[in-house]
Amino acid sequence: MEAIKYVRPNSVDDAVRSLASANEPVRVLAGGTDLLVQLRAGNVRPGLVVDIKGIAELKQIQVTAAGCRIGAAVAGAELSERADVVAQWPGVVEAFQLIGSTQIQGRASLGGNLCNASPAADSVPALIAAGARCTIAGPAGRREAAVEDIVISPGKTSLAQGEFIVDFLLPARPAHSGDAYLRFIPRTEMDIAVVGAGVSLTLDANGRCTAARLALGAVAPRPLLVPAGATALVGTPVDNAALEKLAAAASAACTPIDDKRGTIEFRTRVAGVLARRAAVIALQRAKGN
Amino acid sequence: MSKHHVSATINGEAVEYLCETQQTLLDVLRDELGLTGSKEGCGSGDCGACSVMLNGRLVCSCLVLGVEAAGAEVATIEGVAQGNSLHPLQQQFLEDAALQCGICTPGFIVAAKALLERNSNPTETEIRYWLAGNLCRCTGYDKIIRAVMGAATNMRQEARHG
Repeated sequence: MEAIKYVRPNSVDDAVRSLASANEPVRVLAGGTDLLVQLRAGNVRPGLVVDIKGIAELKQIQVTAAGCRIGAAVAGAELSERADVVAQWPGVVEAFQLIGSTQIQGRASLGGNLCNASPAADSVPALIAAGARCTIAGPAGRREAAVEDIVISPGKTSLAQGEFIVDFLLPARPAHSGDAYLRFIPRTEMDIAVVGAGVSLTLDANGRCTAARLALGAVAPRPLLVPAGATALVGTPVDNAALEKLAAAASAACTPIDDKRGTIEFRTRVAGVLARRAAVIALQRAKGN
Repeated sequence: MSKHHVSATINGEAVEYLCETQQTLLDVLRDELGLTGSKEGCGSGDCGACSVMLNGRLVCSCLVLGVEAAGAEVATIEGVAQGNSLHPLQQQFLEDAALQCGICTPGFIVAAKALLERNSNPTETEIRYWLAGNLCRCTGYDKIIRAVMGAATNMRQEARHG
Protein backbone atom coordinates (compact mmCIF):
# COMPACT_ATOMS: atom_id res chain seq x y z
CA MET A 1 0.00 0.00 0.00
CA GLU A 2 1.18 3.52 -0.83
CA ALA A 3 2.19 5.54 2.19
CA ILE A 4 -0.39 8.12 3.26
CA LYS A 5 0.93 11.66 3.20
CA TYR A 6 0.08 14.06 6.04
CA VAL A 7 0.19 17.83 6.11
CA ARG A 8 -0.76 20.30 8.82
CA PRO A 9 -1.20 23.73 7.19
CA ASN A 10 -1.20 26.89 9.31
CA SER A 11 -3.61 28.90 7.18
CA VAL A 12 -6.85 28.41 5.29
CA ASP A 13 -5.09 29.35 2.04
CA ASP A 14 -2.39 26.74 2.57
CA ALA A 15 -5.04 24.12 3.33
CA VAL A 16 -6.93 25.04 0.15
CA ARG A 17 -3.69 24.72 -1.84
CA SER A 18 -2.89 21.32 -0.29
CA LEU A 19 -6.37 20.04 -1.06
CA ALA A 20 -6.29 21.41 -4.62
CA SER A 21 -2.82 20.13 -5.47
CA ALA A 22 -3.40 16.54 -4.39
CA ASN A 23 -3.42 13.94 -7.16
CA GLU A 24 -4.72 11.29 -4.81
CA PRO A 25 -7.91 10.95 -2.73
CA VAL A 26 -7.80 13.41 0.17
CA ARG A 27 -9.43 13.47 3.59
CA VAL A 28 -9.67 16.46 5.88
CA LEU A 29 -8.76 15.64 9.50
CA ALA A 30 -10.31 17.62 12.35
CA GLY A 31 -11.03 15.65 15.55
CA GLY A 32 -10.51 12.33 13.78
CA THR A 33 -13.19 10.51 15.75
CA ASP A 34 -14.90 9.37 12.56
CA LEU A 35 -11.96 9.48 10.13
CA LEU A 36 -9.61 7.27 12.15
CA VAL A 37 -12.32 4.66 12.56
CA GLN A 38 -12.95 4.70 8.80
CA LEU A 39 -9.20 4.51 8.07
CA ARG A 40 -8.79 1.52 10.34
CA ALA A 41 -11.80 -0.25 8.88
CA GLY A 42 -10.44 0.36 5.39
CA ASN A 43 -13.57 2.27 4.39
CA VAL A 44 -11.45 5.19 3.18
CA ARG A 45 -8.01 5.01 1.58
CA PRO A 46 -6.73 8.55 1.22
CA GLY A 47 -3.37 9.33 -0.29
CA LEU A 48 -3.23 12.57 1.68
CA VAL A 49 -4.60 13.64 5.05
CA VAL A 50 -4.90 17.39 5.62
CA ASP A 51 -4.99 18.16 9.36
CA ILE A 52 -6.79 21.48 9.75
CA LYS A 53 -6.23 21.89 13.51
CA GLY A 54 -3.07 23.93 12.94
CA ILE A 55 -5.17 26.78 11.50
CA ALA A 56 -5.88 29.26 14.31
CA GLU A 57 -9.15 30.43 12.71
CA LEU A 58 -10.56 26.91 12.88
CA LYS A 59 -9.92 26.62 16.63
CA GLN A 60 -11.39 30.00 17.66
CA ILE A 61 -14.64 30.85 19.44
CA GLN A 62 -15.70 34.49 19.13
CA VAL A 63 -18.83 36.11 20.53
CA THR A 64 -19.59 39.45 18.82
CA ALA A 65 -22.61 41.60 18.02
CA ALA A 66 -23.13 39.51 14.88
CA GLY A 67 -23.39 36.34 16.89
CA CYS A 68 -21.27 33.44 17.95
CA ARG A 69 -18.59 32.25 15.55
CA ILE A 70 -17.23 28.77 16.22
CA GLY A 71 -14.24 27.34 14.36
CA ALA A 72 -15.02 24.11 12.53
CA ALA A 73 -12.31 22.19 14.44
CA VAL A 74 -13.27 23.37 17.95
CA ALA A 75 -13.75 20.30 20.17
CA GLY A 76 -16.88 19.66 22.22
CA ALA A 77 -15.01 20.04 25.51
CA GLU A 78 -13.62 23.40 24.37
CA LEU A 79 -17.08 24.75 23.50
CA SER A 80 -18.63 23.44 26.72
CA GLU A 81 -16.13 25.49 28.74
CA ARG A 82 -17.33 28.76 27.18
CA ALA A 83 -19.97 30.03 29.61
CA ASP A 84 -20.96 32.85 27.22
CA VAL A 85 -21.81 30.40 24.43
CA VAL A 86 -23.58 28.01 26.81
CA ALA A 87 -25.71 30.93 28.08
CA GLN A 88 -26.76 32.03 24.59
CA TRP A 89 -27.04 28.68 22.82
CA PRO A 90 -27.66 25.97 25.43
CA GLY A 91 -29.40 23.81 22.84
CA VAL A 92 -26.44 23.80 20.47
CA VAL A 93 -23.99 23.05 23.28
CA GLU A 94 -26.12 20.28 24.78
CA ALA A 95 -26.48 18.64 21.37
CA PHE A 96 -22.71 18.77 20.81
CA GLN A 97 -22.13 17.33 24.32
CA LEU A 98 -24.31 14.32 23.53
CA ILE A 99 -21.74 13.10 20.98
CA GLY A 100 -19.77 10.24 22.50
CA SER A 101 -17.80 9.99 25.71
CA THR A 102 -15.59 12.41 27.61
CA GLN A 103 -12.70 11.13 25.47
CA ILE A 104 -14.61 11.80 22.23
CA GLN A 105 -15.57 15.27 23.50
CA GLY A 106 -11.87 16.06 23.80
CA ARG A 107 -11.52 15.73 20.02
CA ALA A 108 -14.82 15.67 18.10
CA SER A 109 -15.66 18.87 16.18
CA LEU A 110 -18.79 20.54 14.82
CA GLY A 111 -17.27 20.60 11.32
CA GLY A 112 -16.56 16.89 11.49
CA ASN A 113 -19.99 16.01 12.85
CA LEU A 114 -21.56 17.90 9.93
CA CYS A 115 -19.25 16.62 7.19
CA ASN A 116 -19.43 13.01 8.34
CA ALA A 117 -22.95 13.47 7.00
CA SER A 118 -24.77 11.05 9.26
CA PRO A 119 -28.55 11.58 9.30
CA ALA A 120 -28.33 10.98 13.07
CA ALA A 121 -25.57 13.52 13.86
CA ASP A 122 -26.64 15.17 17.12
CA SER A 123 -25.18 18.64 16.63
CA VAL A 124 -26.68 19.17 13.18
CA PRO A 125 -30.40 19.57 14.01
CA ALA A 126 -29.43 21.94 16.82
CA LEU A 127 -27.30 24.02 14.43
CA ILE A 128 -30.08 24.06 11.84
CA ALA A 129 -32.62 25.13 14.46
CA ALA A 130 -30.20 27.88 15.51
CA GLY A 131 -30.18 29.18 11.94
CA ALA A 132 -26.44 28.52 11.78
CA ARG A 133 -24.52 29.37 8.64
CA CYS A 134 -21.13 28.03 7.75
CA THR A 135 -18.17 29.53 5.95
CA ILE A 136 -16.73 27.21 3.33
CA ALA A 137 -13.25 27.63 1.84
CA GLY A 138 -12.20 26.10 -1.44
CA PRO A 139 -10.37 26.66 -4.71
CA ALA A 140 -12.95 29.29 -5.77
CA GLY A 141 -12.52 31.28 -2.54
CA ARG A 142 -14.91 31.52 0.36
CA ARG A 143 -18.66 31.09 0.33
CA GLU A 144 -21.40 30.86 2.93
CA ALA A 145 -24.13 28.27 3.20
CA ALA A 146 -26.93 27.39 5.59
CA VAL A 147 -26.14 24.27 7.62
CA GLU A 148 -29.32 22.56 6.34
CA ASP A 149 -27.89 22.71 2.81
CA ILE A 150 -24.70 20.76 3.58
CA VAL A 151 -25.77 17.15 4.11
CA ILE A 152 -27.53 15.67 1.08
CA SER A 153 -27.68 11.96 1.92
CA PRO A 154 -25.95 9.52 4.29
CA GLY A 155 -22.20 10.13 3.94
CA LYS A 156 -22.61 12.76 1.20
CA THR A 157 -22.32 16.54 1.43
CA SER A 158 -22.82 19.41 -0.98
CA LEU A 159 -19.19 20.48 -0.55
CA ALA A 160 -17.31 20.55 -3.84
CA GLN A 161 -13.92 18.93 -4.42
CA GLY A 162 -11.29 20.69 -2.33
CA GLU A 163 -13.76 22.54 -0.09
CA PHE A 164 -13.86 22.39 3.70
CA ILE A 165 -15.72 24.19 6.49
CA VAL A 166 -13.90 27.04 8.21
CA ASP A 167 -16.43 28.07 10.86
CA PHE A 168 -20.05 28.34 11.92
CA LEU A 169 -21.95 31.53 12.73
CA LEU A 170 -24.86 31.32 15.16
CA PRO A 171 -26.55 34.64 14.34
CA ALA A 172 -27.34 36.86 17.33
CA ARG A 173 -31.00 36.77 18.37
CA PRO A 174 -33.23 39.28 20.14
CA ALA A 175 -33.94 39.05 23.87
CA HIS A 176 -36.45 36.39 24.94
CA SER A 177 -34.92 33.70 22.72
CA GLY A 178 -34.15 30.11 23.64
CA ASP A 179 -33.14 26.84 22.06
CA ALA A 180 -33.07 23.17 23.03
CA TYR A 181 -32.15 19.80 21.59
CA LEU A 182 -33.43 16.39 22.67
CA ARG A 183 -32.71 12.95 21.34
CA PHE A 184 -34.17 9.54 22.00
CA ILE A 185 -31.82 6.65 22.69
CA PRO A 186 -32.68 3.44 24.55
CA ARG A 187 -30.13 4.24 27.31
CA THR A 188 -28.81 7.40 28.94
CA GLU A 189 -25.39 7.82 27.33
CA MET A 190 -23.09 6.67 24.53
CA ASP A 191 -25.55 5.87 21.76
CA ILE A 192 -26.69 7.06 18.35
CA ALA A 193 -29.90 9.06 18.08
CA VAL A 194 -33.02 7.10 17.12
CA VAL A 195 -34.69 10.51 16.77
CA GLY A 196 -33.30 13.99 17.47
CA ALA A 197 -35.20 17.29 17.61
CA GLY A 198 -33.88 20.84 17.88
CA VAL A 199 -36.02 23.92 18.44
CA SER A 200 -35.07 27.59 18.58
CA LEU A 201 -37.65 30.30 19.21
CA THR A 202 -38.03 33.99 20.04
CA LEU A 203 -40.86 35.66 21.99
CA ASP A 204 -41.98 39.29 21.98
CA ALA A 205 -42.53 41.28 25.19
CA ASN A 206 -46.03 39.79 25.47
CA GLY A 207 -44.81 36.23 25.23
CA ARG A 208 -45.97 35.72 21.65
CA CYS A 209 -43.67 33.74 19.38
CA THR A 210 -42.14 35.91 16.66
CA ALA A 211 -39.70 33.43 15.16
CA ALA A 212 -39.11 29.69 15.41
CA ARG A 213 -37.15 26.93 13.75
CA LEU A 214 -37.59 23.18 14.09
CA ALA A 215 -35.06 20.64 12.85
CA LEU A 216 -35.09 16.86 13.08
CA GLY A 217 -32.39 14.19 12.95
CA ALA A 218 -32.44 10.44 12.22
CA VAL A 219 -35.90 10.49 10.64
CA ALA A 220 -34.86 11.06 7.00
CA PRO A 221 -31.80 10.51 4.80
CA ARG A 222 -30.45 13.82 6.11
CA PRO A 223 -31.10 16.21 9.01
CA LEU A 224 -34.22 18.19 8.17
CA LEU A 225 -35.38 21.75 8.60
CA VAL A 226 -39.16 21.59 9.11
CA PRO A 227 -40.69 24.93 8.03
CA ALA A 228 -44.17 23.76 9.08
CA GLY A 229 -42.82 23.61 12.62
CA ALA A 230 -42.15 27.34 12.56
CA THR A 231 -45.59 28.01 11.10
CA ALA A 232 -47.15 26.09 13.99
CA LEU A 233 -45.52 28.32 16.61
CA VAL A 234 -45.16 31.81 15.15
CA GLY A 235 -47.93 34.18 16.27
CA THR A 236 -48.95 31.95 19.16
CA PRO A 237 -48.10 32.06 22.88
CA VAL A 238 -46.65 28.53 22.35
CA ASP A 239 -49.66 27.06 24.12
CA ASN A 240 -50.95 23.50 23.98
CA ALA A 241 -52.73 24.02 20.68
CA ALA A 242 -49.58 25.35 19.05
CA LEU A 243 -47.46 22.55 20.52
CA GLU A 244 -49.93 19.98 19.15
CA LYS A 245 -49.54 21.51 15.70
CA LEU A 246 -45.76 21.50 16.09
CA ALA A 247 -45.77 17.81 17.02
CA ALA A 248 -48.00 17.00 14.06
CA ALA A 249 -45.72 18.98 11.72
CA ALA A 250 -42.68 17.11 13.04
CA SER A 251 -44.27 13.70 12.57
CA ALA A 252 -45.53 14.65 9.10
CA ALA A 253 -41.99 15.57 8.00
CA CYS A 254 -40.55 12.15 8.85
CA THR A 255 -39.50 9.63 6.22
CA PRO A 256 -37.44 7.35 8.48
CA ILE A 257 -35.88 3.96 7.97
CA ASP A 258 -37.08 0.87 9.80
CA ASP A 259 -34.20 -0.74 11.66
CA LYS A 260 -33.22 -2.46 14.87
CA ARG A 261 -33.00 0.86 16.68
CA GLY A 262 -36.49 2.05 15.83
CA THR A 263 -39.41 1.29 13.56
CA ILE A 264 -40.87 3.82 11.13
CA GLU A 265 -43.97 4.14 13.29
CA PHE A 266 -41.93 4.65 16.47
CA ARG A 267 -39.57 7.23 14.99
CA THR A 268 -42.44 9.16 13.42
CA ARG A 269 -44.35 9.35 16.68
CA VAL A 270 -41.30 10.12 18.82
CA ALA A 271 -40.27 12.95 16.48
CA GLY A 272 -43.49 14.73 17.41
CA VAL A 273 -43.05 14.04 21.11
CA LEU A 274 -39.44 15.28 21.15
CA ALA A 275 -40.22 18.37 19.05
CA ARG A 276 -42.88 19.30 21.56
CA ARG A 277 -40.69 18.67 24.59
CA ALA A 278 -37.76 20.57 23.05
CA ALA A 279 -40.09 23.49 22.30
CA VAL A 280 -41.24 23.56 25.93
CA ILE A 281 -37.61 23.73 27.12
CA ALA A 282 -36.76 26.40 24.53
CA LEU A 283 -39.84 28.35 25.68
CA GLN A 284 -38.74 28.25 29.32
CA ARG A 285 -35.28 29.42 28.33
CA ALA A 286 -36.71 32.21 26.17
CA LYS A 287 -38.83 33.42 29.10
CA GLY A 288 -35.77 33.39 31.32
CA ASN A 289 -33.67 35.77 29.24
CA MET B 1 7.67 8.25 1.48
CA SER B 2 9.85 8.45 4.55
CA LYS B 3 8.38 8.28 8.00
CA HIS B 4 7.44 11.35 9.99
CA HIS B 5 10.01 12.45 12.53
CA VAL B 6 8.02 13.56 15.57
CA SER B 7 9.16 15.35 18.72
CA ALA B 8 6.75 15.32 21.68
CA THR B 9 6.80 15.44 25.46
CA ILE B 10 5.60 12.23 27.04
CA ASN B 11 5.17 12.09 30.83
CA GLY B 12 7.37 15.17 31.11
CA GLU B 13 10.24 13.81 29.02
CA ALA B 14 11.24 14.98 25.56
CA VAL B 15 10.77 12.06 23.17
CA GLU B 16 11.45 11.62 19.46
CA TYR B 17 10.02 8.90 17.27
CA LEU B 18 9.42 7.92 13.68
CA CYS B 19 5.96 6.93 12.51
CA GLU B 20 3.84 6.48 9.42
CA THR B 21 0.71 8.56 8.92
CA GLN B 22 -1.69 5.73 9.61
CA GLN B 23 -0.02 4.76 12.90
CA THR B 24 -2.11 5.92 15.83
CA LEU B 25 -0.67 7.51 18.94
CA LEU B 26 -1.56 4.23 20.67
CA ASP B 27 0.49 2.28 18.09
CA VAL B 28 3.40 4.66 18.66
CA LEU B 29 3.21 4.44 22.46
CA ARG B 30 3.05 0.66 22.49
CA ASP B 31 5.09 -0.41 19.47
CA GLU B 32 7.66 2.35 19.00
CA LEU B 33 8.18 3.58 22.57
CA GLY B 34 7.50 0.44 24.60
CA LEU B 35 4.87 2.19 26.74
CA THR B 36 2.47 -0.74 26.84
CA GLY B 37 0.38 0.47 29.79
CA SER B 38 -2.19 2.00 27.44
CA LYS B 39 -4.25 -0.89 26.06
CA GLU B 40 -6.00 -1.50 22.79
CA GLY B 41 -9.52 -2.74 23.42
CA CYS B 42 -11.66 -1.78 20.46
CA GLY B 43 -9.44 0.48 18.35
CA SER B 44 -12.46 2.61 17.52
CA GLY B 45 -12.84 4.98 20.46
CA ASP B 46 -15.61 3.05 22.18
CA CYS B 47 -13.86 1.38 25.14
CA GLY B 48 -11.44 3.93 26.61
CA ALA B 49 -8.70 1.38 27.41
CA CYS B 50 -6.21 3.55 25.48
CA SER B 51 -7.11 6.79 27.32
CA VAL B 52 -4.27 9.31 27.60
CA MET B 53 -4.03 13.05 28.16
CA LEU B 54 -3.15 15.08 25.06
CA ASN B 55 -2.36 18.73 25.83
CA GLY B 56 -4.44 18.44 28.98
CA ARG B 57 -7.46 16.80 27.31
CA LEU B 58 -8.61 13.26 27.92
CA VAL B 59 -8.62 11.43 24.56
CA CYS B 60 -8.57 7.92 23.13
CA SER B 61 -5.04 7.46 21.79
CA CYS B 62 -6.42 5.05 19.18
CA LEU B 63 -8.25 8.03 17.63
CA VAL B 64 -5.16 10.25 17.43
CA LEU B 65 -2.52 9.87 14.73
CA GLY B 66 1.01 9.55 16.06
CA VAL B 67 2.06 12.41 13.82
CA GLU B 68 -0.61 14.65 15.38
CA ALA B 69 1.28 14.52 18.69
CA ALA B 70 4.12 16.59 17.22
CA GLY B 71 4.93 19.30 19.75
CA ALA B 72 2.26 18.02 22.13
CA GLU B 73 2.30 17.10 25.80
CA VAL B 74 1.15 13.52 26.28
CA ALA B 75 0.52 11.92 29.67
CA THR B 76 0.02 8.16 29.94
CA ILE B 77 -0.61 5.67 32.73
CA GLU B 78 3.16 5.21 33.05
CA GLY B 79 3.44 8.75 34.43
CA VAL B 80 0.71 8.41 37.07
CA ALA B 81 2.77 6.82 39.87
CA GLN B 82 5.62 8.90 41.27
CA GLY B 83 8.53 6.50 41.37
CA ASN B 84 7.54 3.69 43.72
CA SER B 85 4.72 5.72 45.19
CA LEU B 86 1.32 4.85 43.73
CA HIS B 87 -1.24 7.54 42.93
CA PRO B 88 -4.16 7.52 45.41
CA LEU B 89 -6.40 6.22 42.60
CA GLN B 90 -4.06 3.29 41.94
CA GLN B 91 -3.85 2.59 45.68
CA GLN B 92 -7.64 2.65 46.05
CA PHE B 93 -8.20 0.42 42.99
CA LEU B 94 -5.95 -2.14 44.70
CA GLU B 95 -7.60 -1.82 48.10
CA ASP B 96 -11.12 -2.02 46.70
CA ALA B 97 -10.21 -4.79 44.22
CA ALA B 98 -11.66 -2.55 41.51
CA LEU B 99 -10.32 -4.75 38.73
CA GLN B 100 -10.40 -8.31 37.55
CA CYS B 101 -8.51 -8.86 34.30
CA GLY B 102 -7.01 -5.37 34.45
CA ILE B 103 -7.14 -4.45 30.75
CA CYS B 104 -9.50 -1.53 31.33
CA THR B 105 -7.70 -0.32 34.47
CA PRO B 106 -5.09 2.03 32.95
CA GLY B 107 -7.80 3.81 30.97
CA PHE B 108 -10.04 4.11 34.04
CA ILE B 109 -7.16 5.50 36.13
CA VAL B 110 -6.14 8.07 33.51
CA ALA B 111 -9.76 9.13 32.95
CA ALA B 112 -10.60 9.27 36.67
CA LYS B 113 -7.44 11.29 37.37
CA ALA B 114 -8.52 13.81 34.73
CA LEU B 115 -11.91 14.09 36.44
CA LEU B 116 -10.48 14.57 39.95
CA GLU B 117 -8.11 17.26 38.70
CA ARG B 118 -11.16 19.23 37.46
CA ASN B 119 -13.51 18.33 40.27
CA SER B 120 -12.09 17.12 43.58
CA ASN B 121 -15.50 16.14 44.93
CA PRO B 122 -17.61 14.64 42.15
CA THR B 123 -20.95 12.99 42.82
CA GLU B 124 -21.44 9.34 41.95
CA THR B 125 -23.54 10.42 38.96
CA GLU B 126 -20.82 12.77 37.73
CA ILE B 127 -18.26 9.97 38.00
CA ARG B 128 -20.50 7.54 36.13
CA TYR B 129 -21.12 9.99 33.28
CA TRP B 130 -17.46 11.03 33.06
CA LEU B 131 -16.40 7.38 32.86
CA ALA B 132 -19.16 6.34 30.42
CA GLY B 133 -16.53 5.99 27.71
CA ASN B 134 -14.50 3.46 29.71
CA LEU B 135 -15.80 -0.06 29.38
CA CYS B 136 -15.11 -2.93 31.78
CA ARG B 137 -16.17 -6.36 30.50
CA CYS B 138 -15.56 -8.11 33.83
CA THR B 139 -18.62 -6.14 35.07
CA GLY B 140 -16.69 -4.38 37.79
CA TYR B 141 -18.25 -0.93 37.45
CA ASP B 142 -19.56 -0.62 40.97
CA LYS B 143 -16.19 -1.30 42.59
CA ILE B 144 -14.53 1.06 40.13
CA ILE B 145 -16.93 3.88 41.01
CA ARG B 146 -16.46 3.21 44.75
CA ALA B 147 -12.67 3.27 44.29
CA VAL B 148 -12.81 6.63 42.49
CA MET B 149 -15.03 8.04 45.23
CA GLY B 150 -12.70 6.66 47.90
CA ALA B 151 -9.62 8.05 46.20
CA ALA B 152 -11.31 11.44 45.88
CA THR B 153 -12.03 11.43 49.62
CA ASN B 154 -8.44 10.46 50.41
CA MET B 155 -7.04 13.13 48.11
CA ARG B 156 -9.25 15.83 49.66
CA GLN B 157 -8.15 14.81 53.15
CA GLU B 158 -4.52 14.77 52.10
CA ALA B 159 -4.91 18.23 50.57
CA ARG B 160 -6.40 19.54 53.85
CA HIS B 161 -3.69 18.05 56.03
CA GLY B 162 -0.91 18.96 53.60
